[in-house]
Amino acid sequence: MEEVDVEPTTTPIPGFDSNQKHLGFVWGPGDILVYETIYKASGGSAGGCPFVHEVRKDEDIYSPILRKLFNESHHIFVGLQRIREDLPSKNKKPQFVSISKNYRSVIRACMEELQQVAGIPSLSTLKGVISMMSHLSLWCEQNFNIFCTLFVVCDPLAGSLVLHLLDWVRLHKADVDEKAREVLASESPAEHQAYWDVVISYVLQGRMDEARQVLVKQAALQPAARVMFKLLDNLLMKMPIFNPGETQTLTEFDVKWRHWREEVDHCLQDQSFASNRHLEDICKILVGDEDVLLEYKELLSTWYHFLVTRLLFSHPTVKPTELHYYAQSSMHMFLDTRSVPEPLDSILLAAFEFDIHQVIKDCSIALNNWWFVGHLTDLLDHCKLLQSHNLHFGSNLREFLLLEYASGLFTHHSLWQLAVDYFDHCPEFGRVYLELQIERVPLDTERKALKVIRICEQRQMTEQVRSICKIMAKKALRNNRLGSALSWSIRAKDAAFATLISERFLQDYCAKGTFSDLDLIDNLGPAMLLSDRLTFLGKYREFHRLYGEKRFSDAAKLLLSLMTAKIAPHSFWMTLLTDALPLLEQKEVIFSADQTHELMFCLEELTSGKSVPTPDRPMQVLGYTPPYPLSNVCFPFNLLILFYNML
Amino acid sequence: MFVARSIAADHKDLIHDVSYDFHGRRMATCSSDQSVKVWDKSESGDWHCTASWKTHSGSVWRVTWAHPEFGQVLASCSFDRTAAVWEEIVGESNDKQRGQSHWIKRTTLVDSRTSVTDVKFAPKHMGLMLTTCSADGVVRVYEAPDVMNLSQWSLQHEISCKLSCSCISWNPSSSRAHPPMIAVGSDDSNVMYGGKVQIYEYNDNTRKYAKAETLMTVTDAVHDIAFSPNLGRSFHVLAIATKDVRIFKLVPLRKESSSTGPTKFEVQIVAQFDNHNSQVWRVSWNITSTLLASSGDDGCVRLWKANYMDNWKCTGILKGDGSPVNGSSGQPGAMNTMVGSTVQTSQNALNGSAAGRAKHTSSLN
Repeated sequence: MEEVDVEPTTTPIPGFDSNQKHLGFVWGPGDILVYETIYKASGGSAGGCPFVHEVRKDEDIYSPILRKLFNESHHIFVGLQRIREDLPSKNKKPQFVSISKNYRSVIRACMEELQQVAGIPSLSTLKGVISMMSHLSLWCEQNFNIFCTLFVVCDPLAGSLVLHLLDWVRLHKADVDEKAREVLASESPAEHQAYWDVVISYVLQGRMDEARQVLVKQAALQPAARVMFKLLDNLLMKMPIFNPGETQTLTEFDVKWRHWREEVDHCLQDQSFASNRHLEDICKILVGDEDVLLEYKELLSTWYHFLVTRLLFSHPTVKPTELHYYAQSSMHMFLDTRSVPEPLDSILLAAFEFDIHQVIKDCSIALNNWWFVGHLTDLLDHCKLLQSHNLHFGSNLREFLLLEYASGLFTHHSLWQLAVDYFDHCPEFGRVYLELQIERVPLDTERKALKVIRICEQRQMTEQVRSICKIMAKKALRNNRLGSALSWSIRAKDAAFATLISERFLQDYCAKGTFSDLDLIDNLGPAMLLSDRLTFLGKYREFHRLYGEKRFSDAAKLLLSLMTAKIAPHSFWMTLLTDALPLLEQKEVIFSADQTHELMFCLEELTSGKSVPTPDRPMQVLGYTPPYPLSNVCFPFNLLILFYNML
Repeated sequence: MFVARSIAADHKDLIHDVSYDFHGRRMATCSSDQSVKVWDKSESGDWHCTASWKTHSGSVWRVTWAHPEFGQVLASCSFDRTAAVWEEIVGESNDKQRGQSHWIKRTTLVDSRTSVTDVKFAPKHMGLMLTTCSADGVVRVYEAPDVMNLSQWSLQHEISCKLSCSCISWNPSSSRAHPPMIAVGSDDSNVMYGGKVQIYEYNDNTRKYAKAETLMTVTDAVHDIAFSPNLGRSFHVLAIATKDVRIFKLVPLRKESSSTGPTKFEVQIVAQFDNHNSQVWRVSWNITSTLLASSGDDGCVRLWKANYMDNWKCTGILKGDGSPVNGSSGQPGAMNTMVGSTVQTSQNALNGSAAGRAKHTSSLN
């Protein structure tokens, strides 16, 4: 069978003449921007350019309604993935059927909302699009289950195919019940305009009990014809319906059915219903008279209803393998020679041929979305009904479709989180798709960034975590939020950036004399070791804290070690030595002799510009030496040191 | 598809390029009016122009964003033979209230002797690197060694392509399986000079870019070129805008262990479309590389998609509706406003109706 061909739709862009200008474009996260331009090597001026147009997919119009569909089907999907592989198939089948029904009811809810929305006056311009989506979702709802039934449930020998098809058709023609209610509620049901339509519709659907109930009204009106009505009623009542639960075999049923059919035929030959055209038509329908069936095209409304009715009255035990013969011929008989089967019809034909791959392929093209075909294929794959088609990059059909579907979700500002689970269950390419797309989630708030990071961390996507943290750090730094910038750099494990921010903190301290973001710096913990500058920042703050708590000797020890262990940058030593002054000025002795010794080394190192003080260098008393900027420190320092030495 | 919104761009001349930032929340437009405008998207989806300034002394051909890891950085290139790098400065608080921001020039790259036709940042894993190509046939690769100091850029490589260059594309893949790769397209119209697409690859040993492949079957002028995002494939996909749309697959051939030269490729053409009837001017992949868009002489944008059997088809067309060109700038046409606002009202109605609906049948059959 050839692939269903659907012409691409053309979307008009307003205020723009394709004959005069080119259409420039750029891809966005969920849209494509277009603008008029002229592409020419030399370029040139061509007057002002009015507009940039944002073009979106039709689905975006009704995505608020679809959101519920997406959420609930996500739930069903995840549940399906968790069904244990090792369960025997007879336990799994009913679960799969139940899941299929769950999907169907979720589509139904969505479809009902769409139909309600289509009626809203302010949306009249979009009615066309919504109505198309409604139509498609109705189709999806009606057919999701039949595909599963045909592919999953149907046991080739069981003979219950027609029953399943009848159920399906009844779903399509649910309006007959409403009509029936209307008729029966009227004053004189038998004279109601739609009376015979209702009766015949019931017969066409194989709902004999309902047909009989309605027929009774007519019978009451015509007591003279009572015998005739009783005859028909009897025939309708006795019609054998195959019940797979009973012990009756297919052959036994077949015999019974033929017997009944002969009886009906006999009545026709006898002209028993000749006086009432309607009753005679019903009788002819019961023997499967195709010409009469076709007279009621309007009540049947679709070629597949015609197919099922035909099967019911001519071949009730049809085997699945024979189905497509009847399907083809039914379609040809029902449709005029002029009318061409629609893509959706071709899909059904493929389904009746049990050609799963064709169904999926055609659904991908004909339906305007990936939802239906993605979830259906996934379910069929779990039922082990798909042979994996090796695609050029090694993935299988199921994964291809789920990736398409999930990628579409990703551009949505809140649904992207659902997409993550779908990617998780695509073993070959899910991860790389997720890595690519999760980076693009806009990091509007810290909370959102943390959410994205958590998802990445759970999946060991370390590069994505790093990148997001870096972006947040950079953003914070631009807005002068040093604390935030620092904590993001730490999380990104970005030593260079942490160094930069620590420098800024220190510069701020030198300028203002206080630290900002004390909480953060006080609680750095092992993160302090990320960069030397950061370590210094943390330790320097610790020094201030110790000093504030009056733990002077601890403070002194720390201060000294910052210089001797080379943690402090040289540029900061001035400040540190200045910080030492108050400690030197304390009444009690805080610095030991050795420590004082080291302090002097540091001072000397700083003033002489030499990098490494040798330990056995004799202590020198430096005199006042202008114009060193250190003079104001040296002098009191030296006095203090002298003083110490004298103690 | 439908037009959801129309933004009055307010440029005084033709727009030549529009570029979305990495997260899709900002965009930059550049024009023959020599200016660049930066637009920010609000939560409601409306676009506001937050900066507009003169960038060059000639038409600005392309504008592009650096990866947000490097901050808010733009690069532009122009007919005036230069490329420039711009950085956003967080402004005074009253600027912020007015919704304005400032961009300052960090550097001007003046090495080209002719119009600079394309400017692209290299993939972020390579650091902060900027690439330009010019009508003088040279591709230049610049690097900012200190990403905190955007005024310092050094010219790291000059690749002489011998033909006038119109476009460049970096292979976005950061996989270690292959070295950095850049494709260059030439719009030289002389069909006697063989392949108009050249692929260069970085060699770790020589620390230089060497030519790995020339696509000899592309003999007509090439106007745009785009590597597709990699997605874990072992081969590369390259789209080309020439007299038609072409998609090539480049399959790296296994290297001999002793070989130190560039990778050899098997080049296959995957698809070719001439629906645009004449020249194709732009090609670009969407983020997941599942859709390719092209723009051509027929004044249309076409969308191309591969099904799971790797058969490519056109899945959508965007085309002007033929209404007269609106010459004046800044005056939204009545129709545009109507479409935009109808959709906006619809969105609100849908949001309202969806939220308001309490009952919902979820009974299981």
